[in-house]
Amino acid sequence: MTLSRDELIHASGIISDEQTLETSLDQLRGLVSPAAFTGETMLLNMGPQHPSTHGVLRLLIELDGENVITVLPDIGFLHTGIEKNMESKTYEKALVMTDRIDYLNNQGNTLVFSLAVEKLCEIDVPLRAQYLRVIVAELQRINSHLIWLGTHIMDLGASSIFLYALREREYILDMFEEISGQRMMGNYNRPGGVWRDVTPRFMTQVHKFLKYLGPKLDDYEAIVTENPIFVDRTKGIGVISAEDAINWSVTGPYLRGSGVNLDWRKAAPYSCYDHFDFEVPLGTNGDVYDRYIIRLLEMRQSIRIIQQALDGLPTGPTRTTNRKFAPPPRAELGSSMEALIHHFKLWTEGFKAPVGEVYVRTESPRGELGVYMAGDGTSKPHRVRFRTPSFVNLQSIGVCSSGVLVADLVAIIGSIDIVLGDCDR
Amino acid sequence: MAELMDITNQIRHAFPEKVQDIIEFRGEVTVIVDPSAILEVAHYCRYTEGLQFNLLSDLGGNDYFPAEPRFGISYVLYSMSLNHTIRLKVYLPNSDPTVDSVVSMWQGANWMEREIYDMFGVTFTGHPDMRRILMPFDWNGYPLRKDFPLGYEEVAFSFNNDRVMAKKPHPME
Repeated sequence: MTLSRDELIHASGIISDEQTLETSLDQLRGLVSPAAFTGETMLLNMGPQHPSTHGVLRLLIELDGENVITVLPDIGFLHTGIEKNMESKTYEKALVMTDRIDYLNNQGNTLVFSLAVEKLCEIDVPLRAQYLRVIVAELQRINSHLIWLGTHIMDLGASSIFLYALREREYILDMFEEISGQRMMGNYNRPGGVWRDVTPRFMTQVHKFLKYLGPKLDDYEAIVTENPIFVDRTKGIGVISAEDAINWSVTGPYLRGSGVNLDWRKAAPYSCYDHFDFEVPLGTNGDVYDRYIIRLLEMRQSIRIIQQALDGLPTGPTRTTNRKFAPPPRAELGSSMEALIHHFKLWTEGFKAPVGEVYVRTESPRGELGVYMAGDGTSKPHRVRFRTPSFVNLQSIGVCSSGVLVADLVAIIGSIDIVLGDCDR
Repeated sequence: MAELMDITNQIRHAFPEKVQDIIEFRGEVTVIVDPSAILEVAHYCRYTEGLQFNLLSDLGGNDYFPAEPRFGISYVLYSMSLNHTIRLKVYLPNSDPTVDSVVSMWQGANWMEREIYDMFGVTFTGHPDMRRILMPFDWNGYPLRKDFPLGYEEVAFSFNNDRVMAKKPHPME
C-alpha cells in the first residue's frame, strides 16, 4: 500500500494544516532531513510527559529505524514569567521568587541574586556571611548532584541508588530547615549577608554529615562505576568535543567532561571561594561516563570545601550593618528612632538601586548561573535576567546525540542534568 | 581593569566609526556598538590575538520604553585562555528592532536569540530557526516589553475571547 505525502506526514505526527501548526512544515524543513518528508525516516514525539525527561521537556526526534538523526527540543512548558514578575517587586520581594527557578539549587539562586544586588548597590558582606554562603552553596551542590545521581542511574534501569541518594539528601534538607525554617525554598541568602547566624545544632549536623557522606560515596562508586551494564550504556555515548562545547556556550560538568577547565569558582571567584583549596575534576572523552565521574568527584571536592569553611569560619556579624540595605535588629526598634525609620522605609518602600547594569555569574551544579540586573534609580529592578545553565546547555543536545539509539538519548538527557524549572523560568 | 580598558581601546581603534561609546560601571566594561556592525565587531572580538573571546556567556535583552532607541541587547563575552570579560551592547529603535544574528560566530547564541525574539520581538537576521521558544506559539505580543501589562487583565474564555484579545497589545502591527 502506498501512502500519499500528506498521509505520511499525518502518520508522522505533524498536522499539515498551516493555520493551526505550532511548528509549520516550512519551518521544520530546514531543521530535519528531507527524508522526513518522504516518509523514509520517522518523526516521533518524546515527552512532554515522559518519565526520563526530568520534568516537562518535549523532544521531536527524527528516527531512522532506532537511530536518532535529529533532536529538536521543545521547551517552555514550565514558563512562569518570573523575570517579568520581578520587575514589579522590590528587590527584597523579588528575592523570594529566585528559589523557585531552579528547584534543586535554591540556595545558589538566592546567592546569585544577592550578589547581583550587592554589586549594583555596592553593599559589603561580612566575612562570616561569605563563609556561611559557601557552606550552604556547597551543601546545595551535593544535594543537586545526589538527585542527579539517583535519577540518572534510575533512567538507566537501576532503582536502588535512587533510594540511597534521596536518603542522603534528606539530611541536607534537614540542615536547611535548621538554618532557614524551610527545607527547599529557604531564602537564606539575602542582599548584604545571610538571614541569621547558624545554630550550634547545624554545625554538629554538618560535621556528622561530612563524616557520613564520604564512605557512602565509596559505596555508590562500588555499585556503579565498574558496573558492566552502566559502563556499556555510558562509555562513548553522547560525545561532545571541547570545541563544540565552547561554541555552544556549554558550561558546568557538561563542559568539563570534555576536558575544558572552566569553573567560575576558580576563574572568577565570588564569595570567598579563593580562600579554599580544591580541585576542578576534568574528563577526557566528553561522554556520559565522564560526566558521571566528574559529578562524583565534585561531591568529594565539595566535602573538602565545606570542611575548610567550617574549620576557618570567622566570628562576627552575618549581615551588613549598612541600615540602608539591611533591617536593624529587632531590639533597636524600641529605643532608636533612626532604627524605626530605617525599618519602616525598608519594609514599605525598599531600598533604591542606582541606574546601571551589572552581570554576576556563579557556578551552579549545572554550570554558569548568571544574573543580569539593571537598576533604574527606583526600589524595583528595571530588568532581571537569569542566564540559566539548563537553558543554554540543553540546546546542544542535538550535537551530542546524533546517531545514537533512542535508549542512549535517555542517558544523554540525564547526563546534561537539566532542571526544567531552571530552563523555562 | 587597566587591561580591560586596553582591550576596549583596541576595539575602538579597529572600528572608530562603529563604536559609539565605552561605559565603565562597577568594574564591568560595556562597549556600545552600532547595530549594523555587530557581526564585524563580534568576529574581531572572537578571533583577534589578545582578545580571543571564545565563549558567549550571556545574551540578553532590555526594554527602555519610552526612551529611544528602545531596545538594548547585551552580549557578555568571555575569553577562556585570557580570562577576561566584556559586554558588547547594541541599541535598536522601536521602528525597526532588527539586528544581525551572531549564531555563525557562537552556536550558543541560537536559543538566547530566540528567547529575545520571544520576549521582546527583536528579530535576528540570519538566524536559522527564528521561532518562539518559551511562550506558546499562538501568543499575542511580547511579554517582557514594558508596555505589556502584568496581570490585572480580564481572563479570556471562548465567549469573550475576541473582546479580550482586541485589548491586548500587538506591538508589531
